Amino acid sequence: MIGNRQPRILIAKPGLDGHDRGAKVIARALRDAGMEVIYTGLRQTPEMIVNAALQEDVDAIGLSILSGAHMTLLPRIMTLLVENDMSETPVFVGGIIPVEDIPLLESLGITAVFGPGSSLSEITNIFQEFLARE
Amino acid sequence: MSEYLDKVRQGSPRVIARLITAVENDDDVAQDVTTELYGYTGKSYIVGVTGPPGCGKSTLVNELAKKFNDQGKSVAVIAVDPSSPFTGGALLGDRVRMSEIAGREGVYIRSMASRGTLGGLAQATSTAIRILDVSGYEIILIETVGAGQAEVDIASVAHTTLVVEAPGGGDEVQSIKAGILEIADIFIVNKADRPSSLQTVRMLEMMLQLGRPPVSKHHASLPNENPFQFQQDLNPSSQWQVPVMKTVAIEGKGIYELIDKLKEHQDYLVNTGELFERELQRSRQEIERLLQNQIISRSRHSILAEERDRFVTAVARREMDPYAAAEQLFELANSRSF
Repeated sequence: MIGNRQPRILIAKPGLDGHDRGAKVIARALRDAGMEVIYTGLRQTPEMIVNAALQEDVDAIGLSILSGAHMTLLPRIMTLLVENDMSETPVFVGGIIPVEDIPLLESLGITAVFGPGSSLSEITNIFQEFLARE
Repeated sequence: MSEYLDKVRQGSPRVIARLITAVENDDDVAQDVTTELYGYTGKSYIVGVTGPPGCGKSTLVNELAKKFNDQGKSVAVIAVDPSSPFTGGALLGDRVRMSEIAGREGVYIRSMASRGTLGGLAQATSTAIRILDVSGYEIILIETVGAGQAEVDIASVAHTTLVVEAPGGGDEVQSIKAGILEIADIFIVNKADRPSSLQTVRMLEMMLQLGRPPVSKHHASLPNENPFQFQQDLNPSSQWQVPVMKTVAIEGKGIYELIDKLKEHQDYLVNTGELFERELQRSRQEIERLLQNQIISRSRHSILAEERDRFVTAVARREMDPYAAAEQLFELANSRSF
């Protein structure tokens, strides 16, 4: 019957900014690329995000941050993923992230950072590429 | 000792999550899991929540889960949303309304895409329920896809089915149509702070007063001539009075009353023996569905693609009618596989 492995992706907005247009656009694009996208809504704590990723058994996580708090929130999320034995789950970040922060984020294990101007096809391609590697 | 049983009984959310994924992706796993777990199921109280898109199902589920959990009960939620018929993708957004309960101890939430199944649930839903049942969740809340008129599968899965309506939907004729309104054990008019809510309540009450359908009101019943229909439970003539309740889920209003009513219905099912009657119906439907699947897959295996294509072409050319084609293919498959 239905036996295809359907990628499951969590899209979440950590922290306190209230702008989720970007996250919704990405969620929609990944949906149209044939993925099952779980969208959790605004104002999620790192604990909520990692917990959702675990309960939903996702293959990748996409985080949208516009608040500037990424250097606080993202390390916490990465630590929690390791603690929950999910360090192999790729994490993608989008939003307003200064270029000089990117190397540090990558050293934490973030797979890729997408700034303003990234194209949807670029983003879905990178997701698909990482999912294919699993 | 069985591999799955041990794992599931330990019940870590991670293990459960992975097993549900495996069940979604592979029918053989679903079969193995069911074989090993089935005898240990039947302990959870399963509540189905259905209704049209935007009527407040997720918010209601959030409130119910919160208050059950406050009372010390463990709660699992399965929230089903539709898959795209074009890409197979899905946007599963029910968690947005469940932030409050996500992450609580003793609460597990799983979003599930329907993957082409039409009845309001996914094919994997019933196996996922078994996993959650055996892992010890006392309450399992199932939220269907936004349902219109004919998505009635939930009634054969849940012990108690809640049909949620928002004020202002449809006229009186809508309310006496067959389908989703027949499966309610409890009607809920959500968003009851809206002025037109009283009208919706009255409409539903009127519909209930017009009487019940003659055959069992639960489940999309099979036709009477069906061999799986046991005579003795054709008409359980349910004594349950379907109530119409008002809630404002977003403010948590009416939820305690609803929980009391759920308890009442649960007691009713147990005390009258209707629980077992429903189990009979559910088992019958499930066996029938699996039998259909087997017959289909068996005929697929024993008939060559070229042979089938020959019949297909003949029907397309009006050289043969589709009934005759199906019958001959079935006989052909029979002669080879038995």
